[in-house]
Formats: sequence, C-alpha cells, structure tokens
Amino acid sequence: MERLPSWIRQHLAALRALLVLTLVTGAIYPLLVTGVAQAVLGGNANGSLLREDGTDVGSALIGQSFTDEDGAPIRTYFQSRPSAGGYDPLASGASNLGPEDVLDTLPVPGAKDDEGNPDTGRQSLLTQVCARSKAVGELEGVSGARPYCTADGVGAVLKVFPAAGAPARVVSVNQACPAAPFVAAYQGVKVECGKPGEDYSAGRTVPVRGDARAVVPPDAVTASGSGLDPHISVAYAELQAPRVARERGLGLDAVRALIGRHTTGRALGFMGEPAVNVLELNLDLDRLKG
Amino acid sequence: MSPTTAGIVFVASLVVALVLTHRPLGDYMYRVYTGTRHLAFERVIYRLIGVRPDTEQRWSVYARNVLAFSAVSILFLYAFQRLQDRLLLSLGFPAVTGHVAWNTAVSFVTNTNWQAYSGESTMGHLVQMAGLAVQNFVSAAVGMAVAVALVRGFARNRTETLGNFWVDLVRGTIRVLLPIAFVGALILVAGGVIQNFSGVHEVTTLAGGTQGITGGPVASQEVIKELGNNGGGFYNANSAHPFENAASWTNWLEIFLILVLPFALPRTFGRMVGDRRQGYAIVAIMGVLALASVALVTGLEIAHHGTVPQAVGAALEGKEIRFGVPNSGTFAAATTLTSTGAVDSFHDSFTALGGMMTMFNMMLGEVAPGGVGAGLYGMLVLAVITVFVAGLMVGRTPEYLGKKIGAREIKLASLYFLTTPALVLVGTALAMASPEQRASMLNSGPHGLSEVLYAFTSASNNNGSAFAGITVNTPWYDTALGLCMAFGRFLPIVFVLGLAGSLARQAPVPASAGTLPTHRPQFVGMVVGVTIIVVGLTFLPALALGPLAEGIQ
Repeated sequence: MERLPSWIRQHLAALRALLVLTLVTGAIYPLLVTGVAQAVLGGNANGSLLREDGTDVGSALIGQSFTDEDGAPIRTYFQSRPSAGGYDPLASGASNLGPEDVLDTLPVPGAKDDEGNPDTGRQSLLTQVCARSKAVGELEGVSGARPYCTADGVGAVLKVFPAAGAPARVVSVNQACPAAPFVAAYQGVKVECGKPGEDYSAGRTVPVRGDARAVVPPDAVTASGSGLDPHISVAYAELQAPRVARERGLGLDAVRALIGRHTTGRALGFMGEPAVNVLELNLDLDRLKG
Repeated sequence: MSPTTAGIVFVASLVVALVLTHRPLGDYMYRVYTGTRHLAFERVIYRLIGVRPDTEQRWSVYARNVLAFSAVSILFLYAFQRLQDRLLLSLGFPAVTGHVAWNTAVSFVTNTNWQAYSGESTMGHLVQMAGLAVQNFVSAAVGMAVAVALVRGFARNRTETLGNFWVDLVRGTIRVLLPIAFVGALILVAGGVIQNFSGVHEVTTLAGGTQGITGGPVASQEVIKELGNNGGGFYNANSAHPFENAASWTNWLEIFLILVLPFALPRTFGRMVGDRRQGYAIVAIMGVLALASVALVTGLEIAHHGTVPQAVGAALEGKEIRFGVPNSGTFAAATTLTSTGAVDSFHDSFTALGGMMTMFNMMLGEVAPGGVGAGLYGMLVLAVITVFVAGLMVGRTPEYLGKKIGAREIKLASLYFLTTPALVLVGTALAMASPEQRASMLNSGPHGLSEVLYAFTSASNNNGSAFAGITVNTPWYDTALGLCMAFGRFLPIVFVLGLAGSLARQAPVPASAGTLPTHRPQFVGMVVGVTIIVVGLTFLPALALGPLAEGIQ
C-alpha cells in the first residue's frame, strides 16, 4: 500500500469509505427502520390499505377516480379532484402548466399527426379550468360559470391586432368557428371566432374577466401536485352531497354526517387545511346501502 | 381560523421550533467537530477505510480528498444504475440509460438531487436505498465538513492544517445525520409514510378499475432527503406524494427538517471561533432573509394574481388539499432558500411572482440559511465580501474575525460568487439559442424562458427543484445540467478550502478602533444589502424577461 502513488491511495481510501458508509446508511439503517416500522406501525408502513370483504380496494392515502369506463362520473359517488396522471400511482405528478397558460391550439378537422391519429389540438390550463367548471356545474345542477371563462366552457381570451395601438382586428382565439364569440365587439371592433390552424401569435393577448362569480370550488377545477390527492375540500364535498343523497335515496343529513366523519381538520388547529377523504367517504356510503 | 391566520401561525411555530433547537443542536455539532475522542464504532470504520484519524491535513489534501470521494461516488452510482437490472429488488426495471444515469449520479453526489427521471418507473428499491439515499447522507456530510474546515480557517492561527476530511465525513454522518434520520423516519411512518420492500400491489378500485399501489423504503429516504437538504423524491411527485408526505403535520415536520441543521450551524460556528455573538449575527442575516422570503412567497400565493389563479379563485393548481395554499408556499420558500429542492407543490404552476421568488431564493446563492454546510460557507464568503466592500468605503484594510482580507482572500471569495451566475446565465443562453433545446419547454412565452432559467439556476446552485414542465431527460440537457451541477458544487468548494487554508496561515490581527464590528445589527444589515444587491444586479435582466414580464401586466 505505502508504495502506491498518493493519488491512488487517496482514491482507494475514498472507495473504501464509500463502501463502508453504504453498508451503514444504505443497508443497516434502512433495514433497521423497516424492521421497527413493520413491527410497531405495520399498517402505515404498508401503505394504509383499505380492505372490503377480504380484498384490498385501495389506500386511504391514494386518491381514486370514480368514473365509468367512458370517463363519465359515477353519479352515486363523490368525485375526486382532477388529476394530471389519472390517479395512476405509477405516473404521479402535476400538470406543470403556468398561470398565464391561456391560449389553446384548436384541433384542425381532418388533420392527422405523425402517427395518423386525428389532431386533438391542445387545451390551455385556462380552458381546462373552464371546461371542468362547466362540467361540474352541470353534474351538480349549479352554475359552472367562472371569471375568464366563456359560457361554452373555454378560456375567454382575445387576440388583438395590431399588438400595439388601436385594434383593427379581434379574434376570440379559444372559440373555434362557427361558435359565437363571447363578446360581440371589443373597443368597437367586431370579434371573430377562431379558425383552427391559423397563426394568431402576432396579436396581443387579452384575457377578459367578465362578471361571473364562481360557485364551483377551486379544488374541483384544478389538478393536484401529486395527481393522487386523496382529499377534496369541505366546500366541494358539500356541493356534491345533494346529488349523492338523491342518487342513493338517502337523506341529505345522513350524507352530510358522513362527510363530517371523514373530514380531517387542521392538525393542532393550524397546520394544513380541512380535507375530506373521498375514498373512505365513498366506501362508507357503500356500507350504508348494504 | 382563516387560512391566512393559520398560515401565519404555521410559520411562527416553525420559527419557535428552530429557535429552540438552535442552541442545543449547534452546541452538539460543536462537540462533534472539535472533540478529540473517537467512538469505538468510528475506530472500526477508520480501520476499514485505512486512514489515521489523528493526522491533520493541509487545505490542498483536504480538497483532494473531497474530490476523490466525490469522483468515486459518481462512478459508483453511475455503475449501480447501469447494472440495476442484474441486481436484487430491481422491480423488473431495465438499466438506466447512460445520460440519465450520469445526470442522476452527479445530481445526488453534488447534493442537488435534480431528477431527470420519474422515480416510480425508473429506479428499483436497491438503487434508491443503497445508492441514492447513501449520497443523501454523505453529500450532506461533505457539505458540513467543508463548512467546518472554513470555520477552522478563521479559528486557527499560523497553521497549515484544517482538520481531517475522513473524520469530519464520518462524524457528520454517524453522529449528526443518522440519529436524527432514524427517529424522524419512524415519526414519518406514524404519519402514514410507507416503509416496506414490496413491489406494485394491484387493487380493484371502487369504480371497478385497477390501481397499482407502490411500495418501497420511502420513510428512511424521505427523512434524510429533507434533513440533508437533498430533495430527490422517491416518487416523481416528490413530497407532494401522499406516501412521502401523508398529512399536514408531516408537512410541518419536513419543513422543520429542511431548516434545522442550516439554522443550527451558525451556533457551531460561533462556538468554534470563540465568539457566540458572531454566530448570532450570521443566523440573524439568514433569519431576516428567510422570513422576508417566506412572507413573500406565501403572501403572493395567497393573493393569487394572474389569469388562471384568478379564474380558479386560488393558486391551487399543482397543490394538495391537505397542505393548502399557505403551507405549500412556506414549503416552497424553505426548499429553495436551502439547497433542498424537494417540493410539496409544483412551482411551475405558482403565480408568476411567487414562482419568481422561489427562483430568486436560489439565485441568492442559497445562503439563507442555505444547504447543510454549504449555506454556512456561502454566508461566510458573503461576510468576507461585505467587510471588503465596507473597507473600500472607509479606506481601511478589511478584516473579519481577526483575519486580514487581502488580495488572495478576496480573489477566492469573488471567484466563489462568480461561478454560479456564470453557469446559470451561460447555460440558459446556450439552451435558448438552440431551437432543439427550446422545444423542451412545456409552456410558451415568458413562462417557457422561466422554465429554462429555473433549470439552470437549480442545477448550478445544487438545489434540484424544477419548473417541472420542461422536458429534461434528453442527452443535451442531461449533459449540460450535469456539468452545471458538478462545476456549481466543486469549484466553490475548492475556492472555499483555498480561502480556509490562507486564513489559517495568518497570524491574528488584534482588533483596533478601526475594526468593523461584525456582530452588530449594522453588519447584519450590510450583509443583507450586499446579498440582495449582488444578486439583483446579476440576475435582474434575466428575471425581467421571464417571470417579471409574465407577472407584471
């Protein structure tokens, strides 16, 4: 050893240090934690699984989508939040769309992509929010209107030409022709509908707030960070309660009592936000029926 | 209680907890790094490594050992990922592709934990546990070792030596990180974080579909990822994933773990230089900057400016219900003020200005309180620059803690603070100049630039969080960001150790009437000013094109 050049000795020491510390922090430590956790807190350590009639139906911590094969909401169940990954634990994550993502790419009818699939365009985050709000409003029998949204459920966004100065041409870019634009005129100029495939990028982007007030709660129209959010807000649960009660032939009070039972308040009164566990709530609803 | 009030109490409770742990933990680390006795267990380790723990090293030897250890670690981790399909517990995943394996190896060894891969669909349990999580421990211990070496440079006189890297590495791992991690992991399991070795468990959902419930040794990795300011998630969704961060109070605990060591190290520093007031001054600088930033990020998210947040009625896109908006903002500030980069909500969907603040936090050089160890040495270099600036104003030779700041010292300090801006701005410019790399942006317009700027800021500052819409698992980005991480970590470390060596060599200068006191509020204010101005001037043009253009309309 002593005969080796010093830089080789240094790297050998480094390798040995890494192997020893790998043994300590990469094997002994996690195995010890696993042993203690499994012995003392086995249910938690194994994923807080929920069992029904002897089979696992999911985890209390992992959200599920309560939709049928076509993706339509099952009306007897409380609905979860939108998810960027469709509640697939193998694809956790968020949409990552920004706060000013307001311009759709309208699908061009008849056009195909490289793989021969029909062109589906791209929905901006704003249009996703508007479309979800409209759909939830229809499902729950309330208004789905929101600020910055058109009545047909897309982002209320104008492109104004030229980009600076008095407008000469105005297009409601997210409303594909032949839709009627959400406003007839902007500063005296007639508003056109959006033509799929046309490039409007040179214009100035003007989102139009409108005077709508949202009834559908924020969590019903936004995707979570994990894509697996097991919770909805109390407001969203309250909004869904009458529909679920009606579909199941239950009293509204009984459903509300169940919501209360599955609401976790803020820890110690100040950490986080009150949250309703959707899977546990729906499981309990199924048990009521039986 | 309104959400805003609860959010303020949440921050206040974290401050109280950090104040309570500052002294005992700082004193404990002082004893760890200055004690002369070795534990029996540690003696065994030194024998296995083949080093003599009582020999002292010159700065150049110390630096070479840091670099040798890191180089070996990168090669080992690269090989580990490339061979994972032939090892146990691979869950059937194939070998990690070359460019992703390189990027990930550099990422974890440099304490960055930038992730170009999705954890649940790329890495088997063995690579996570015995490869990635090991670096979570040792890269943090390396950061603390370098910080301690710099502090010894200030504390020692007329000596060539700075301590023994292997002793600092082993003690930091065994005596500081491991005990806290072990207890913390079990507390996280109590909150619902998983800890097992299962593969994917298929269940039939209520709606009749199937869902694959994942397994893994998550808690043991989660705790050190926060404590060591690493941030690499077991899952793609990182600390937003319920299996990593199950409840509102585990969220509090994870933020606390992120901040606890960086805020305690100034106490260790004050004890080692024999003047606790110097430590209080440093922690005050960190605290002022951190509180201001937490208030801004959290406040901007609660205010939810911007078209989509206004349409929604809250900045809730990319955030979890159980944490809520205010606590998510606090986590985002904590993770970017340190070198952590774990996320419990997705910064790409933050309001334009809230997202900019997370970027600005990293651009500060991660000094408030900064990464484990890295924050302390960054802040001490800033203090050196501040006394230099102050010395220029009054025409005196600057000195700090009784050491003259001469030409050699200020050159090393300046190089330290030029490295990351150069990497960030040159890297971003190269990416934006190429149509192929621009195509990686998910969002268009100013937000697209923000995604690229964020990526290079995060990599060069060894943070690891992302505006995650950007597609970075391409050979170009993997290579470029890997180089940024490596240079952003090791160049500053060499400069810091060089600075430490030249400080330790000096004889102390007795304090005179002309010495600038460095423990008073005046000095705290000056360092805060220098930090913000140095950063503001460097990055303001880039920020103006990205988040500022987006947020101010």
